[in-house]
Amino acid sequence: MKEKLEQIKEQALAQIKASDTAEKLNEIRVNILGKKGELTSVLKSMKDVAPEDRPKVGQMVNDVRSEIEAVLEEHKTRMENAMREARMKAEVIDVTLPAKKAEIGHRHPNTIALEEIERIFVGMGYEVVEGPEVEKDYYNFEALNIPADHPAKDEQDTFYVNGDILLRTQTSGVQVHEMEKGTLPIRMIAPGRVFRADEVDATHSPSFHQVEGMVVDKNITFADLKGTLAEFAKELFGEETKVKFRPHHFPFTEPSAEMDVTCFKCGGKGCRFCKGEGWIEILGCGMVHPHVLEMSGIDPNEYSGFAFGVGLERIALLKYEIDDMRLLYENDIRFLKQF
Amino acid sequence: MNTSLSWIKAYVPELQCTDQEYMDAMTLTGTKVEGYERSDKNLEKIVVGQIKSIAPHPDADKLIVCQVDVGTETIQIVTGAHNVKEGDKVPVVLDGGKVAGGHDGGPLPEDGIAIKAGKLRGVESFGMMCSIEELGSDRNMYPEAPEEGIYIFKPETEVGADAVEVLGLHNTVFEYEITSNRVDCYSVLGIAREAAATFRKPFCPPEVKVTGNSENVNDYVSVEVQDKDLCTRYMARVCKNIKIGPSPEWMQRRLASSGIRPINNLVDITNYVMEEYGQPMHAFDLDTVAGHKIIVRRAKDGDEFQTLDGQMRKMDSEVLMICDADKEIGIAGIMGGENSKITDEVKTVLFEAAIFNGPNIRKSAKRLGLRTDASGKFEKGLEPRNAEEAINRACQLIEELGCGEVVGGMVDVKEPIAELRRLPFEPERYNKLLGTDVSEEQMFEIFARLDIKVEEENGKKVLVIPAFRQDLVGMADIAEEVARFYGYDKIPTTLPGGGSTTGKLSYKLRIEQKARDIAEYCGFSQGMTYSFESPKVFDKLLIPADDKLRETVTISNPLGEDFSVMRTISLNGMLTSLATNYNRRNKNVKLYELGNIYLPKSLPVTELPDERMQFTLGFYGDGDFYTMKGVVEEFLESIGLRDKKDYDPKAGKPFLHPGRQALISYKGEVLGYLGEVHPLVCDNYDIGTKVYVAVLDMPKIVPLATFDRKYEGIAKFPAVSRDISMVVPKEILVGEIEQIIVQRGGKILESCSLFDIYEGSQIKEGYKSVAYSITFRAKDRTLEEADVSGAMKKILNGLEQLGIELRQ
Repeated sequence: MKEKLEQIKEQALAQIKASDTAEKLNEIRVNILGKKGELTSVLKSMKDVAPEDRPKVGQMVNDVRSEIEAVLEEHKTRMENAMREARMKAEVIDVTLPAKKAEIGHRHPNTIALEEIERIFVGMGYEVVEGPEVEKDYYNFEALNIPADHPAKDEQDTFYVNGDILLRTQTSGVQVHEMEKGTLPIRMIAPGRVFRADEVDATHSPSFHQVEGMVVDKNITFADLKGTLAEFAKELFGEETKVKFRPHHFPFTEPSAEMDVTCFKCGGKGCRFCKGEGWIEILGCGMVHPHVLEMSGIDPNEYSGFAFGVGLERIALLKYEIDDMRLLYENDIRFLKQF
Repeated sequence: MNTSLSWIKAYVPELQCTDQEYMDAMTLTGTKVEGYERSDKNLEKIVVGQIKSIAPHPDADKLIVCQVDVGTETIQIVTGAHNVKEGDKVPVVLDGGKVAGGHDGGPLPEDGIAIKAGKLRGVESFGMMCSIEELGSDRNMYPEAPEEGIYIFKPETEVGADAVEVLGLHNTVFEYEITSNRVDCYSVLGIAREAAATFRKPFCPPEVKVTGNSENVNDYVSVEVQDKDLCTRYMARVCKNIKIGPSPEWMQRRLASSGIRPINNLVDITNYVMEEYGQPMHAFDLDTVAGHKIIVRRAKDGDEFQTLDGQMRKMDSEVLMICDADKEIGIAGIMGGENSKITDEVKTVLFEAAIFNGPNIRKSAKRLGLRTDASGKFEKGLEPRNAEEAINRACQLIEELGCGEVVGGMVDVKEPIAELRRLPFEPERYNKLLGTDVSEEQMFEIFARLDIKVEEENGKKVLVIPAFRQDLVGMADIAEEVARFYGYDKIPTTLPGGGSTTGKLSYKLRIEQKARDIAEYCGFSQGMTYSFESPKVFDKLLIPADDKLRETVTISNPLGEDFSVMRTISLNGMLTSLATNYNRRNKNVKLYELGNIYLPKSLPVTELPDERMQFTLGFYGDGDFYTMKGVVEEFLESIGLRDKKDYDPKAGKPFLHPGRQALISYKGEVLGYLGEVHPLVCDNYDIGTKVYVAVLDMPKIVPLATFDRKYEGIAKFPAVSRDISMVVPKEILVGEIEQIIVQRGGKILESCSLFDIYEGSQIKEGYKSVAYSITFRAKDRTLEEADVSGAMKKILNGLEQLGIELRQ
């Protein structure tokens, strides 16, 4: 009996060693360990063994069985590994072949710049609001301290629909709409289209965009204006950006200022980009004129505020180094795809 | 406004600074310097030389050889100029020096022209004699220079002296951007006053003396102002025995540095005072003034008047005229008349300094198309006290420069002049607005620099505002003055405290952001187009003559017809952009735009139009109608419009292909339309390929949109699918088939999807083959055969009623 088992074992091991496919291994398993297999038939012949020897023989059969199974398993694993290796070797690809892209579209550079600005101010607690593009003279001029005969009214080269209705020349009118709502404090930005009678060229367009900003609350100071816009400039142009405020004049703010930022190309040393000045003019701003607050029903003795206006195209042109404003309205796909 | 620094320094003699320091400091106190240019740029080693002898060039007829004393030595110079003679004193650039330009007066090279000793036709030349053009200027500014050839100095000029100095070119011309509130700074004195305050130096304006002989001006002229609303002050002075001649060099140089061409002493004095004080003046030849009487009144409609430039101009009743006893002799504040023009023969001059209504002058100048230096000043609104200074200054100069004799007295017709403005001194409020802690002493020091006087009134301090500062009217204005001279840069930077607010986008803007996201995921790039366009657009889009879309908000003063109406439909911008791309051979172009259309509520426009945000998509290249339909549905579903969208092929859009257009609706509400662009419209836009567009009306969509989502569970029980294939009359839309499936499928219907549609030889004429896969599922149990076959039976019955045959 023992010899028989040894023989089965030797034979099995030899067969396993000689087999080279998973099918052959399986065949061996069935032939030897299966229900009708050789080892099983040895077990079946146990009845011929003396009862006192049976446990010992049974043990021997089980030992042989486990040994064969172990070798089978090991061989199988080795074979699978080899096959996987071979398959992967055959599957080597050229990773430098072109990508298969899902053709996604691109946002307009104006919108990218606007969303940056919105992100910064929304983070500071500002609400993004809108106002009408075709506007009453009152909101575009009069309520902003620009009465009928004010020279600033001429300077802005306004498109009129009639004596009372015009295409807004600035987003500043939204300040008035927000103040008239009577809910204080106000922290808002108002992006939108504005119109001025400028002929189209590389730096002018009769239609462009501004982003207006305004805060009205108790105890708002010029220092707050400076701090807020300095923060904005750093977020938009980088941590190293410095700002400079120059006195200026707008009818609806007093004191008024223009803000320059250090040239983000040269860091302020002076280069062709900033025309050697090291500074680039970015926006106009100031403390909301007390008369403007008053006209909109806010008591200037109790409340104060600041306001600013940014030209969106100017930011987009500067930030993305676009040298001709006309590109923004041509919508050539080769231009848009770069953003 | 351009002014030389040396002119400013005439009134701020202690001013010491480099050009750059001046520019930076002035800009930081609010007088913005746009830039500056040195007048001696590229002028190096140029001295006054005297020609000792002139000999012909041995080998060149057109050249001469000069021996020139340049102070330190005598050098030989060969020149081709013919206007020089022995003894002439001329500018000489020495070997190694530089001049600014060529003798032809063309554009100046950036780095100038270097001059070196060399040989001309074999004869050595150690320098060059210069024309005024080579010195970077021209005969407009130096009228004494010859038309062609070398500039010749006056005989008394010192040989060897710095020629650039003698010509007054060691100077810098600054260009200022003056803000509209600072009327006083449109003058050299105004800027000088700011410079003095900026650099804390004494301000020394000219000392104006009221001059005049013992005669009385009232014996020479009388003045009557009829339209006092347009002329609040009219001053007249008379100068007699006028001797016309050139003005002195210093005056010519200063005018030249401001870009004003010197003409003669009389004209130069009026121009000089206008620059100095910002007050335009007019000079009439008194002998041409009929009745020696000045009348200031409005013109009559249709009057014709010849201005001193020789032009005949049509007046209207809002134009203010200066008249004599018989006739009109000048347009007030804009231009004098040909009939009273000063000639070289003038004997007696009437000087006018007046205050005209700024807005009226501005509008008149605009209507007449005649903006002059004078009208530019008047329209800003001038100050009556300053005008008086100016006219007296002019008379003083007449006398000082020996130009004539000033008649005593002044005719002065005026409305009451406002008292100097007094404002309360409110230091806490200034500091509170600025966020600063500026002491009262600092403020007083700043006020002193600005000529703002501090007086006591009832135990309180008040500020007396000088007349020239018409812009200072309230607390905030004074706060700005404090801020300007305290220094904007010294004001601290803080962030607003106070009540907290929520940063957010409006709901509408959030939906628009989603629209951009989805359009871009689907491959569309964002375009932007103008809001105004040509009325011809409607013809290009085949829009019928009586269509409501042609009712537009029209701009009364457009840049041209192409920009004259506010768009009522967004497609023109889209098609124009696609056409641009098509013409540039860009393939597969997909664009979208979010922009308003403007629908008038009434015509003529009496109230603001309805501004409707349109989400417009358009493409050509890969894809078809259904590609566009897919994008529309992706968008609508992304904003919560998840139920069935209906498509009505009878959209009635004339600009779309009649068989390939649909209105898009959701729960009965029309949201927009899509379709293939009509081939004729494509032709109109020169697009040689099929174009698909979709337009969604956002005001309709926003109220339906929602970002709410509810989890509905993932199906636990298996689904059962049935495929049906049918032969359908061609005119039946698959939408109708789907409607029947949905209506009749009952609760257990999960979905139905079209998987095949075919028309062709195997199908009988007038029919098409359509195949659907219908899926049933129950949420709470495994469906039994009876459930499914019951539902299918109902569906099939319904389909049969439509005349549909089932295929086996």
